[in-house]
Amino acid sequence: MTNHWVDIKNTDLVLIMGGNAAEAHPCGFKWVTEAKAHRKARLIVVDPRFTRSAAVSDFYAPIRAGSDIAFLAGIINYLLSNDKIHHEYVNSYTDFSFLVNDAYTFENGLFSGYNAEKRNYDKSTWGYQIGEDGFAKTDPTLQHPRCVYQLMKAHYSRYTPDMVSTICGTPKEAFLKVCQMIAETSAPNKTMTIMYALGWTQHSQGSQMIRTGAMVQLLLGNIGVAGGGMNALRGHSNIQGLTDLGLLSNLLPGYMTLPGEKELDYATYIDKRATKPLRPGQLSYWQNYGKFHVSTMKAWFGDAATVENNWCFDWLPKLDKPHDILQVFEDMNNGQVNGYVCQGFNPLASAPCKVKVSGAMAKLKFLVTIDPLATETSEFWQNHGEYNDVDPAKIQTEVFRLPSTCFAEEDGSLVNSGRWLQWHWKGTEPPGDAKSDQEILAGIFLKIRDLYKKDGGAFPDPVLNLTWKHKIPAFPSPEELAKEFSGKALRDVTDPKDPTKVLVKAGEQINGFAELRDDGSTACGCWIFAGAWSEKGNLMARRDNSDPFGIGQTLNWAFAWPANRRILYNRASCDPAGKPYDPTRKLIAWDAGVGKWTGSDIPDFKPDSAPEEGMNPFIMNPEGVARFFAVDKMNDGPFPEHYEPFESPLAANPMSPNNPVARACPAARVFKGDWETFGKPDKFPFVATTYRLTEHFHYWTKHVKSSAIIQPEQFVEIGEELAKEKGIDSGDHVRVKSNRGFIVAVAVVTKRLMSLTVGGKKTHTVGIPIHWGFLGVAKNGYLTNTLTPFVGDANTQTPEFKAFLVDVEKV
Amino acid sequence: MALQSLDITARSATTTPSPSARGEAVKVAKLIDISKCIGCKACQVACMQWNDLRDEVGTNVGVYDNPRDLTDQSWTVMRFSEVEVEAGRLEWLIRKDGCMHCADPGCLKACPAPGAIVQYANGIVDFHEENCIGCGYCITGCPFNIPRISKKDNKAYKCTLCSDRVAVGLEPACVKICPTGAIVFGSKDDMIHHAEGRIEDLKERGYSKAALYDPPGVGGTHVMYVLQHGDQPELYANLPKDPHISPLVGLWKGITKPLMSFGVGLAVFAGFFHYVTAGPKKVEDEEEAKS
Amino acid sequence: MNALIQRYTARERSNHWVVAIAFVLAALSGLALFHPAFFFLTHLFGGGTWTRILHPFIGVLMFLFFMAMAARFWGFNRITPADRQWMKRIGDVLCNRDQNLPELGKYNAGQKLLFWVMVVSLPLLLLSGIVIWQPWFAPSFPIGLLRLAVVIHALAAWVMILGIIVHVYAAIWVKGTIRAMTRGTVSAAWAKHHHRAWYREMTGK
Repeated sequence: MTNHWVDIKNTDLVLIMGGNAAEAHPCGFKWVTEAKAHRKARLIVVDPRFTRSAAVSDFYAPIRAGSDIAFLAGIINYLLSNDKIHHEYVNSYTDFSFLVNDAYTFENGLFSGYNAEKRNYDKSTWGYQIGEDGFAKTDPTLQHPRCVYQLMKAHYSRYTPDMVSTICGTPKEAFLKVCQMIAETSAPNKTMTIMYALGWTQHSQGSQMIRTGAMVQLLLGNIGVAGGGMNALRGHSNIQGLTDLGLLSNLLPGYMTLPGEKELDYATYIDKRATKPLRPGQLSYWQNYGKFHVSTMKAWFGDAATVENNWCFDWLPKLDKPHDILQVFEDMNNGQVNGYVCQGFNPLASAPCKVKVSGAMAKLKFLVTIDPLATETSEFWQNHGEYNDVDPAKIQTEVFRLPSTCFAEEDGSLVNSGRWLQWHWKGTEPPGDAKSDQEILAGIFLKIRDLYKKDGGAFPDPVLNLTWKHKIPAFPSPEELAKEFSGKALRDVTDPKDPTKVLVKAGEQINGFAELRDDGSTACGCWIFAGAWSEKGNLMARRDNSDPFGIGQTLNWAFAWPANRRILYNRASCDPAGKPYDPTRKLIAWDAGVGKWTGSDIPDFKPDSAPEEGMNPFIMNPEGVARFFAVDKMNDGPFPEHYEPFESPLAANPMSPNNPVARACPAARVFKGDWETFGKPDKFPFVATTYRLTEHFHYWTKHVKSSAIIQPEQFVEIGEELAKEKGIDSGDHVRVKSNRGFIVAVAVVTKRLMSLTVGGKKTHTVGIPIHWGFLGVAKNGYLTNTLTPFVGDANTQTPEFKAFLVDVEKV
Repeated sequence: MALQSLDITARSATTTPSPSARGEAVKVAKLIDISKCIGCKACQVACMQWNDLRDEVGTNVGVYDNPRDLTDQSWTVMRFSEVEVEAGRLEWLIRKDGCMHCADPGCLKACPAPGAIVQYANGIVDFHEENCIGCGYCITGCPFNIPRISKKDNKAYKCTLCSDRVAVGLEPACVKICPTGAIVFGSKDDMIHHAEGRIEDLKERGYSKAALYDPPGVGGTHVMYVLQHGDQPELYANLPKDPHISPLVGLWKGITKPLMSFGVGLAVFAGFFHYVTAGPKKVEDEEEAKS
Repeated sequence: MNALIQRYTARERSNHWVVAIAFVLAALSGLALFHPAFFFLTHLFGGGTWTRILHPFIGVLMFLFFMAMAARFWGFNRITPADRQWMKRIGDVLCNRDQNLPELGKYNAGQKLLFWVMVVSLPLLLLSGIVIWQPWFAPSFPIGLLRLAVVIHALAAWVMILGIIVHVYAAIWVKGTIRAMTRGTVSAAWAKHHHRAWYREMTGK
């Protein structure tokens, strides 16, 4: 989230799209109810299904699963052509005026630089025109044909309301109604919040869907303001913390990135990331990359990390390619993986195309699961009748099941969607032999380190030199780990302006990432968490909910990263002169008297930079402004473009009907052999989408009696029209099959899944809730990922669970 | 259900007044705002947890409603209705069903077991199962089809409005858990006032018939709804439009009770007085002799 | 001389008393559930729950035995012109002015009336009782029917109770009657006085 849960109460309009907040985030959804009750806010839901969120909405518009970019692009077109944009905001705070490289083109569905063989782009033409001064060229009049504004206008003019209706199946009037409601928030004192979740991320174009949403918000001036923002609703209680701490295969903590295989030189690695300002007077905060990086390496390797050995840069893995979940199972399926450790992960249920995942795991020598529950993954080798019809005699994988604690059985911090690190205390002791994850991992690590010490082994340095200064080495405590990621001074840290002034004494916890240094004097496990545990104590454990400004900015409740800042880009809530656009929802403002930005939030800005200095609000970008044109940051194009899902009912992409390459996302990775597993609409005519139900949490709560009682048995949802066509009544059992397998479930026939006219053709949607499996106290069922395709988003490789093709028949 | 310190104002099958030295208590009410309800069923789980209830793990019969109906183990269930009040405008109305805690409770009226059903001074209608004889008369008495008889112990069960919590100043469990504030609890006056604000908001959003459901036919209820379509309560999974205690039950537990008892007594007395006035019918001695 | 005439066989008497005992139990338990004033009667049955459990079984027992009895006595209970005349003179009957009453068969109109009240009300009680019988049958009937059934059950029971009260009182009031059901015989004088036609039939006089 750019904003946070409580802040949603400050909005005037909520757009829930690519998510179902009421269903999947009922507790957070209370802030939508607050906004409706106390600000007369309106709620719009755009979804293939009339969801629980839609049940309490003011307006609902149906959409075909996987066509969200077309819808949002249509909104962009509406806002631009009806002049419903926040002019001062976009002119001052975005790249509207930036001139784009002349070689950049977009033709017939493809951006310049496409390599059809490798299915990727050479992104060298996707950039700004750089002047002789090294700064990007701009045209503040916005008249230049190569300025972002003009290019964007041309790009999105193609998304007319009729085109949107053709692609999305949304009735034109409904689409225009949504546009009108949204356009009202272009007024400086009106704001909209967008709440989305896996309904946007789990597409082959998920990242671009989110980007398009963000572009709408930028046009309206709704980023950085109270009640606005792009708000990703995270699912697992600590999935935000997982990405923050860099658990993705290509990341280091705090969204730093691992070097690629060609980045063998430390200085080049840092230079590329420590970006210099692209416009005069801009902060370009990533210039501090080196400080964050060195502090991480000091936290990991302590005294072994020295300036001479480039802070152990050589010990970091150098990526040949992304090693995301799909890649790992592809490698496993090709027999290239010996062992796999599943920590709090149930890939047999959670990864796409169960038959492939199950086959891949059968090729392992060993599989370790660390989980509080008996997961399907840990029993993938066992025959569970129709639900897991395998022959154990043919599977030689040795499986180790290590019972772990669940969140309520341990102390620690969880990061919520609003980036709050909230400390929690265990409610009960773990049952049986369950151990906490850190105890299990410490045990494995210490054993391996002993083996290395005794027998030696390949590449011993990172193992033997890893910092491990825990009071009880076999049990690193949550407090010790929290202090480590927050960071401490190894030597006295002094003020760069006044070297005699000591900011933090050696051995003390640091107060924030501003105190981090690249000379080895600080250690910090995750720079964005810096200061969460300072000398003042554990700030994550704070529970002071006082709200002095009455807009939900409770700065003394827990700790929000970065720097306890609650709303990102909050400088953008003020006009260029530093006055809030809406004083009733003031976040910060320039206080000329004290020469500082002050208000209800921690400024996301250089705190003493006066408005006259011309520094812009988006300090993490070297331009200082927000980007409509993504330059080279996205793999599949600098402007979001609609492509069909890999399995779609349309033979061609209506946006570029003559280019088969541009039917589905041209830059999405598809493994050899997986093309054949995709189904075609002649055999699988219906759009399927998978989703969660409020009664259950993922594949966990089917182990919980009370949750099993309130939603006991697997079902699929079918619209009345399709049900009639197929002779299916509510309560019948139906077989839903894709080109990869089938499931059998009870049919819930409903008005809430409407048939849509897409590309002139009637299109039906089949809704498939996840949650059931072959273990637990709920009625056993099929794993829904039996059906889903093995393809992911072009940028994140998040699997395309939300749009694929199936057929349905009565059993 | 539980031992508590709430004053009782009415008691089933009891003809004398209950202790009432403390005078009037504040009437409480639970207000369920259907326009805020997302059907998450957290209230069902909270009810299960507070009251130590666990129903069977059932099956899906083609709807979202689960458990399918109220049972002795499910004192509240969500009922989902897909309706199109305005053509082309689908609505998914989700009503939390359970005891309405009528001011004039049909169950209490019908119950033959003294003290099996009580009404507290604050308006809560509660079942005391230790006094319940399992006759099921409460089912016939209830205009909302709420009480359920356990197959295990043959006692009747229903929502207690968490009288044990309310007695110690807490809100009912379902109210505490409700994530959207769709269920609120307080004095009945306050809840009516709160509902007025909600109705105003709904009217502003185009629900011109939004209204409070506090049916006078049962003397008002201590569980009330805010309905978007106040003129058509039956849209909400057949919520009765004008509920009242059935005239048959009224007849049975009303006038017939004293009248019939009186009739029986009268017959006995009539015989007695006939005997002492007219005397026995004897076959005369001479007749006896003749035969 | 005190000649005796056989009125009831041992079987008939036993049958009657089973019905009678069942009635008393059913009536007491039923009244206990009908009005709080009678709830104390549940103590006779081991408490409220036992009363609720036992009452329907007693009722079914009464129904079955009464039906057996009804089959036996059906023929004696057809209403005749003499019965109508007797009914018109009910005032004389009550005032013990028996001289001008018509000649009657085995039963007088009052007895026959009770018979038919029982014949009508017991099936009603059985049927309505089944509808409200917890926990066996009631759950399978709609609530509207339950409501109708409780009213029918109460009304039918009331009518029957009133009938039985009259019946019992009549037995006490008309001397020489009770022995018909205790010993099976009545005096010839009693028979001749109250049921002359039957007396003739039995004695040939």
